[in-house]
Amino acid sequence: MVVGGSTPLALAGCEERLSVVHPAGPAADIIATLWWVMLTGAAAILLLVLVLLVLAFRRGEGPAGEAADSRRETVWIKGLGLGFTMAVLAALTVWGLWIGERLLPHPGPDVVAVEAEGRQWTWRFSYPNVPGLVTEGELHIPARRPVDVRITSADVIHSFWVPRLAGKLDAIPGHVNVLRIEASEPGEYAGLSAEFSGAGYRRHHFTVVAHDAAAWDAFLARETP
Amino acid sequence: MTDKPRLTALRLHKALYPIWKNDPGWKGVFTTVNNNTIGNMFILGATGMFLAGGILAMLIRAQLASPRSAFMGPEVYNQIFTMHGTIMMFLFAIPFFEALTVFLLPGMLGTRDLAFPRLSSYGFWCYMIGSTIMIVSLLAGVAPDGGWFMYPPLSSSAYSAGINTDIWLLGISFIEISAIGAAVEVVVTVLRYRAVGMSLDRLPIFAWYMLVVAVMILTAFPPMILGSLILELERAFDMPFFQAENGGDSLLWQHLFWLFGHPEVYIIFLPAAGVISMILPVMARTTLLGYGWVVAAAISLAVLSFGLWVHHMFTTGIPHMGLAFFSAVSTLVAVPTGVQIFAWIGTLWKGRPELHLPMLWILGFFVTFVMGGLTGVMVAMVPFDWQAHDTYFVVAHLHYVLIGGYVFPMIAGIYYWLPVLTGRKRFFRMGETAFWLVMVGFHGTFLLLHWAGLLGMRRRIDAVEEGSGWEFINLLASISGFVLAIGFGLVILDVAVNAFVAVRGRRNPWNAGTLEWATPIPGPAYNFASIPVVTSRYPLQDNPDLPVQIARGDGFLGEPFRKRRETLAVSVSHGEPEFITVMPRNTVVPFAMAVVTSIMFMAPVFKWYWLMFVSALGVTALALLWAWSGGSRRDEGLLDAGRGVSLPTHAEVSCPPGWWGSLFLLLANSVLFGSLLFGYAFLWTVAPNWPPLRILQADILEPVAAASGAVLASAGIRLADHAIRREGTSWVGLLVSLTGLAMLGAASITVFGGTTYNAHAYDATLWVIAGYVIFHAALAGLMTLFLLFRIRAGYVSARRCGDARVVRLWTDYATLAALLGLGAAWLPGWLS
Repeated sequence: MVVGGSTPLALAGCEERLSVVHPAGPAADIIATLWWVMLTGAAAILLLVLVLLVLAFRRGEGPAGEAADSRRETVWIKGLGLGFTMAVLAALTVWGLWIGERLLPHPGPDVVAVEAEGRQWTWRFSYPNVPGLVTEGELHIPARRPVDVRITSADVIHSFWVPRLAGKLDAIPGHVNVLRIEASEPGEYAGLSAEFSGAGYRRHHFTVVAHDAAAWDAFLARETP
Repeated sequence: MTDKPRLTALRLHKALYPIWKNDPGWKGVFTTVNNNTIGNMFILGATGMFLAGGILAMLIRAQLASPRSAFMGPEVYNQIFTMHGTIMMFLFAIPFFEALTVFLLPGMLGTRDLAFPRLSSYGFWCYMIGSTIMIVSLLAGVAPDGGWFMYPPLSSSAYSAGINTDIWLLGISFIEISAIGAAVEVVVTVLRYRAVGMSLDRLPIFAWYMLVVAVMILTAFPPMILGSLILELERAFDMPFFQAENGGDSLLWQHLFWLFGHPEVYIIFLPAAGVISMILPVMARTTLLGYGWVVAAAISLAVLSFGLWVHHMFTTGIPHMGLAFFSAVSTLVAVPTGVQIFAWIGTLWKGRPELHLPMLWILGFFVTFVMGGLTGVMVAMVPFDWQAHDTYFVVAHLHYVLIGGYVFPMIAGIYYWLPVLTGRKRFFRMGETAFWLVMVGFHGTFLLLHWAGLLGMRRRIDAVEEGSGWEFINLLASISGFVLAIGFGLVILDVAVNAFVAVRGRRNPWNAGTLEWATPIPGPAYNFASIPVVTSRYPLQDNPDLPVQIARGDGFLGEPFRKRRETLAVSVSHGEPEFITVMPRNTVVPFAMAVVTSIMFMAPVFKWYWLMFVSALGVTALALLWAWSGGSRRDEGLLDAGRGVSLPTHAEVSCPPGWWGSLFLLLANSVLFGSLLFGYAFLWTVAPNWPPLRILQADILEPVAAASGAVLASAGIRLADHAIRREGTSWVGLLVSLTGLAMLGAASITVFGGTTYNAHAYDATLWVIAGYVIFHAALAGLMTLFLLFRIRAGYVSARRCGDARVVRLWTDYATLAALLGLGAAWLPGWLS
C-alpha cells in the first residue's frame, strides 16, 4: 500500500483541511450531522419569529381587557414561551447528550493508545506500545481503528484539535485528558492547538498521519530505536 | 386657576434648588453627589470607552482583512485583542448600563436621589481613574496580552513576566469596586426609595430588572475578584495557587473566572431586556403583556445563569456526566429568554406598534439577538462545542449576543430617554441612516465569520493565512466592520448634535406612563419637588395632572423648611412611608478616596508595597471621615413629612440605610469567602500533587482561643447594643467585643506559624484564609472603636442606635468568617 498518505488530503482540497463540515472520521461525522440539523432548525425558528414580528405591524390593535390579556398570556407565554421552547430544547439536549456519550473513549478490543504533550509551540507524541518511540509535530495512528489520545501539557494550556477527525480537548499542566479520535481512511490530517498560548500561537500546528494496517505495523517496527 | 399652581411650583423650585444644587464651576465636577450629574458624566465616560474599544476593533479588522494586511506582530496584536475584550466588557458594557441606571432610576422610582449619593460619586471616580490607567497602559505598550480571560499558567509570572498582567489583575479589580458599589446602591434604592404606594408589583419593570442585576453583580463579581487577588499573590510572592507541580491547578482560575464570566453575560443582557420592556409597550401604545411572567423570567434567568459556567469549560476534560448537567442548564436558560421574547412579541400584537427610531433599534435587536441565542443553544450542545470552541464561530456568536442583545437596546434607550437627558426633542434625522449602516455593517461583519470558524479559523490568531479558505470571509468582514464603525460613529454624532442644538421639547413626548416622565426635562437636581403617591404601574396614565401636582408640592416632603436634602424611605413590599433620609451635601471626600484607592491598587504593580500601605491608611482615614460626617447629635423625634404624616429621620430608626447597604455588601463579601473555601475544597479534591506533605496541626489552645473569642465578640457587641437602647453603659460591652476580636485575630495568626506561604497551594490557601479572617476582625475592631468615639461625641442615643446595629452586623460577620475559616484550616489536621 504505497498510495497511503496524501490522497484524501488532496481530494479534500487545501481550503477544507481544517473544516469541521468536511468530516473524515466517525466523531467529526456525527458532530457535522448535528450541526446541519441544528442549522435547519435554527433557520426555521428565526423565520417563525420574523413572521410573527411582521404580522404584529400588519394587523390592527387587538381587543383590550383582562380576558383578552389572559388569553394572550396563554398563547404567547405559556404556549410559545414555555411550551414551544421547552419541547425543542429538551429534544435537542437529549440528542446532544446521547451523541456525546457515543464519542467518549469507551474501552474496546482494538483501541490504540497514544500520548500527546503540548508545549510552546510544538507537539510531542509518544506510543506506549513502543517505549522510547517519540515523534515531534507528527502523530501516527492506524486508520479505521479507535485511537485514545492521552493529552497533557508541559507549560501553559493548549488544546489538541484535528477538526476533520473529532472535537478538541485541552492540554492542561498536571492533568491528562483522553480524547477518542478515528480516521475513516488512511491519509494526512491537519491538527492545531486551539487554546491561545502567546506569541507563537498561530503556528502551533501538527499533522496526523493515518496508516493502513500494514503501514502502521511498519511504522511501529521501523521507528523503534 | 392655571396660574396659581405654576406660581407655587416656581416658589418651591426656588426653595429646593439652592439646597440640592452642585457647587459652581469645575469644583462641582469633583464634589457633586447628584445622580443626574454623575449619570451624565458616567454615560460620557462609558461612551468614550466604547469608542476606544471600537478603535481597537478596527485595528483587528485591518490586521485580518487579508493575508497581506497584517501590520502588527503578535506581541502588539495580542495586546490589542485582549484590550478590545477587556474594554468592551469591563469598561463599556457594565459601566454604561450602570450609568443609565444612576441617571434614570430615581426618576422611575419617584425619589430624589439614589440611596448612597457619595457612593455614586466614589464608584464613578474609581471607574474613570481605572479606565484611564488601562488606556495609558495600552498607549505605553504595556497593556495586558493574555486574552481577556487571562488563563494561567500563560498569565503566571513564568510565561508573562512584565507588568502587563499585573495591570489587568489590579486595574480590573479596582474598577469592579465601582460595580459592587453601584450594585449595593441599586438594591437599597429599589427596595427602600420609591414613590409612596409603589408596592413591589407596581415597580417599573426596569427597576425589577435592575434589582435582579444588582444582586447578580453582588454574587458574580466576588469569585473573579478573589481569582485576580490570588493570581496576583502568585505572581508577586510565588504562592502556587495555579502551579500544578506545587499542588495548584490552572483549572481553579477557569472555575473562578467563569463563575463570574457567565452570569456576567446575563448581567449585561438583563438591563437591555429591562430597557426593551420599558420602551416596547410605549411604542406599541399598550402595556407590557405578562408583567409577572417577565419578572419571573428575569429572576429565573439570574438563578440559572449561576449554574452554567462550566459550559465555557466543555473542552477541559470534565467528566461527561458533569458536562451533561451543565449542558442541560445551558439550554434551560433559553426558556426564560424565550418567555421574554414571546412576551414582547405578544405585546406588539396586543397594541398598535409605531415605527419610531427606538422601535427600529428594538427590531434590530430581535433579528440579531434571536440569531445569537440560537447559535448559543448550538454551543450549549457539548459535542458541537468540542468543535466550535475557541473558533470564530464563538466570536461571531458572542458579538451577535452582545451587540444585538445589549448595544442595540441601549441605543434604543438613549433615543427614547433623550428628552429626559437633554430636555430637547430629536430634530436632526441622521439616526435612521445610522441604523441601516449599523445593521448592514454588523451582519456583513459577523454572519459569515460563523462559517470561517467551522472552516477552522481559531480566535486570537494574529493573521489570516494564504490558502486557508477564509480569506474572502475576512475581507468582507473587514469592509463591513468599517461600515459598522461609521454607523456607530453616526449614532454618537446624531445624539450629540441633538443633545446640544436641537429645539426644546415638551415633557413626555411618547405619552409614557412611568414617573421618569413626570419631572421637568431635563430633570432638576432634586428630581421631584415632592414625592408622589401612586396607585398603579402607570401613574401618568391614571392621572395626567400628576406632574403639576408633584411640582406644586402636593406629594410628600413638599415643603423644604428644614433646609437640607431630604427624601423618603418606604417599606420594602408595600411602599408605605417609613422614615425621612437626610442626604449628604456636596463633598470632595469620595473623589479623594477614589484617588487614594487607585494608588493603593497600582502601587503593587511596581512592587512599591510601602506606598500600598501608606495609601491603605489614607483610604481608612477617608472612610472614617466619610462615616463620621453623617448622623446627628440630638434626637429630632417625629418630623412633618407632609400630607399630615410625621416620620423619624434615618438616624432614629433601628435599620438605617447604612445597615441595609452593609447587609448587601456582606452578601458580596460572603460570596468571596465562599469562593475561597470552594477553591480550597476544589484544590484538595481535583488538583494534582495533593495532599501536601505537611499539614497544619492545631493544639487545643488555638481552637479554644478562637471559640472564646467568637463568644466574647458577639456577646460583647450585643451587650453594648442593648445598653445603648436602654441608655446604659455601653463601653464595657464594646471592650469585651474588642477583646474577642483580638483573640480571633491572634488565633488566625498562628496559622502563619504552622505553614510556609509558598511551599504548596495548601499553605498558600491557608494564608489567604487566615489573612481574610484577620482583616475582618481588624475591620470590626476598627468599627467598634469608631462606635466608642461616636458615643463619646454624642452621636448615639437610645433613639439613634443605627451605628451600633451596623457594627453588630460586621462583628457577627467577622466572627462567623473566623469560625468557618479557622475550622476549614484546622479540619485536615484534626482528621489526620
